[in-house]
Amino acid sequence: MLEIKNLHVKVEDKEILKGVSLKINAGEVHGIMGPNGSGKSTLAQVLAGRETYEVTSGEVLYRGKNLLTMTPEERAREGIFLAFQYPVEIPGVSNLYFLKTALNAIRRHRGLPELDAMDFLALVREKMELVQMDESLLHRPVNDGFSGGEKKRNEIFQMAVLEPTLAILDETDSGLDIDALKIVARGVNSLRSDERAILLITHYQRLLDYVVPDRVHVLYDGRIVKSGGKELALELENRGYGWLEEEAKVEVSR
Amino acid sequence: MATATDKIQRLVDKEYEYGFVTPIEQEVFPCGLNEEIVRMISAKKNEPQWLTEWRLKAYRYWAQLERAGAEPRWANVTYPPIDYQSIRYYAAPKQRKRPRSLDEVDPQLRATYEKLGIPLREQEMLAGVAVDAVFDSVSVATTFKEKLAQLGIIFCSFSEAVREYPELVRKWLGSVVPYTDNFFAALNSAVFSDGSFVYVPKGVRCPMELSTYFRINAAQTGQFERTLIIADEGSYVSYLEGCTAPMRDENQLHAAVVELIALDNATIKYSTIQNWYPGDKEGKGGIYNFVTKRGKCLGKNSKISWTQVETGSAITWKYPSCILVGDNSVGEFYSVAITNNYQQADTGTKMIHIGKNTRSTIISKGISAGHGQNTYRGLVKITKSADHARNYSQCDSLLLGDQCGAHTFPYIDVQNPTAQMEHEATTSKIGEDQLFYCQQRGISAEDAVSMIVNGFCKEVIRELPMEFAVEAQKLLGISLEGAVG
Repeated sequence: MLEIKNLHVKVEDKEILKGVSLKINAGEVHGIMGPNGSGKSTLAQVLAGRETYEVTSGEVLYRGKNLLTMTPEERAREGIFLAFQYPVEIPGVSNLYFLKTALNAIRRHRGLPELDAMDFLALVREKMELVQMDESLLHRPVNDGFSGGEKKRNEIFQMAVLEPTLAILDETDSGLDIDALKIVARGVNSLRSDERAILLITHYQRLLDYVVPDRVHVLYDGRIVKSGGKELALELENRGYGWLEEEAKVEVSR
Repeated sequence: MATATDKIQRLVDKEYEYGFVTPIEQEVFPCGLNEEIVRMISAKKNEPQWLTEWRLKAYRYWAQLERAGAEPRWANVTYPPIDYQSIRYYAAPKQRKRPRSLDEVDPQLRATYEKLGIPLREQEMLAGVAVDAVFDSVSVATTFKEKLAQLGIIFCSFSEAVREYPELVRKWLGSVVPYTDNFFAALNSAVFSDGSFVYVPKGVRCPMELSTYFRINAAQTGQFERTLIIADEGSYVSYLEGCTAPMRDENQLHAAVVELIALDNATIKYSTIQNWYPGDKEGKGGIYNFVTKRGKCLGKNSKISWTQVETGSAITWKYPSCILVGDNSVGEFYSVAITNNYQQADTGTKMIHIGKNTRSTIISKGISAGHGQNTYRGLVKITKSADHARNYSQCDSLLLGDQCGAHTFPYIDVQNPTAQMEHEATTSKIGEDQLFYCQQRGISAEDAVSMIVNGFCKEVIRELPMEFAVEAQKLLGISLEGAVG
């Protein structure tokens, strides 16, 4: 589904990603962990097409196509969804209208008929239940005046409605209490299927208790320094990231 | 790498669509202004003596102001001095006799209106809109007149009103905006060539939107229309006004006067879509839109509501206002003003509270892009007699890009301690973060900007009658497609 080959990315002349390679197959859930500043969010933003990041070398294939030449909206219409670490507020535009515009743009791209108001509302009600979101949030402007938890839940709600093929969650777990975390995890788990891939970017192992990954990767100083099964997350939780520094140095000098 | 600002710039750089010239034979007066020209205009229209005299008084007042250099300079706009002697004060399509029906109107002229998207016939049949179209200075055709006449509603060109209903015109003309009101009102009073007149009799609810479409066609021509609307006791009328002009390198002056009078329990709703030619990207050409619009809520429980969407003109100088004389009367002002490239707008309202329990609402949305400068200027005045008056004002500004400006000058003058005043103001910017967020959800940057601008203006757009709201959104580069909530 997604294949990242030796990806180098810089922002304002500073190299952030220094050769990331990663392969995710349909049906898999991968976790990416790493300390602050290791490049986790950069990876998420680059995959989504943020223009402030410059890809200096490397390749990203998404379902066999060159992802890096696509505009952000093309990527979204092709099924890539990024749950933002800091969801953006759009005053004056209702959540419902925003989501309907997005869904219909994606449907048009795929040659599907646009959903009318009734069908859309039925879909929205069903998905809302999944993340236990209050209906009043639908009619409020996008993320405007939402609490931190409501914003994160809104991201998962949007993801559930848009049904992406590749979902990237950028620290969706941060700032959530345990109940909210469980709700978010339930939303993510409900999306798990053989046709989808999910990339969970997280700081802590906590989320991975509820969304059990197939693979875990450690991103450190712009490189993936270690990959393993779900037990790697536990090891990181117990030992911290310090021990990886040594391994990383060994890796580089090799 | 295209930045968000570039993207926004491309979006707002759309060409002016209405910049064509209609090749119609025009009858024009020589350039310049003096008593002789004023008399010629009046004679051309076979006006009664009193009106000629009124024009001359206005002219003398204006000439005195002009000599004294008293053209208003307080607005937050800059433009080179206007040479009033190089402007033509009368231009009209040549026609031997007045058209008796739409079929008699010059087909070229009809084609122009169709280009503008107001096919008169179609509107007549489908939309239920009565259109009084003013082409340069003369009203071309008035539709629906008969239907309205059955209800006793008078909707005609100003010239016709002077001929047919002189006592009504004489009673109300200048009663809200006297010719001594300001420089441009004085000029208009001297040289106004046509406009619209509406009278709605007691207890009648006008069953359709009354609509006027103004267009400036001839070169070097000023357009000085005069609109007078009187809503008698217990009546209701909704009036729509739209404007366009061809693209020309020189600036053209538009100085209109609109007067509204609402008697006891009457309501007047006045909506404007102003899309005069704004000038080119370097700021060359465009209309100077110096307009005096004012309504008087003379009767108790009367209401006057102004809604304007101002997207055109090089310079806009306009303050649709309400004088709330009657007890419990209500004044409203809803405005969207867009300035792009080198456009300048200084617009707002005055709410003068005189009667008891009078209420007013001001919602102003300014959008600036390019090098546009957008100013809200408003006065809320609560006089001593206005017990328990209330005002709510909200002024929001949206900036697109980093070369434009938004300014707010709210004046508040309260002379009665029982008044309740509320004022809110915000300034926001369409940011790259917002665009990227929308794009990541599959929405193109164009649609994202439209959606955000649309959301920003929602409170004003929803005050417009349906068919106008659609046009307004088109003008804002917005499609209503799939609107939910």
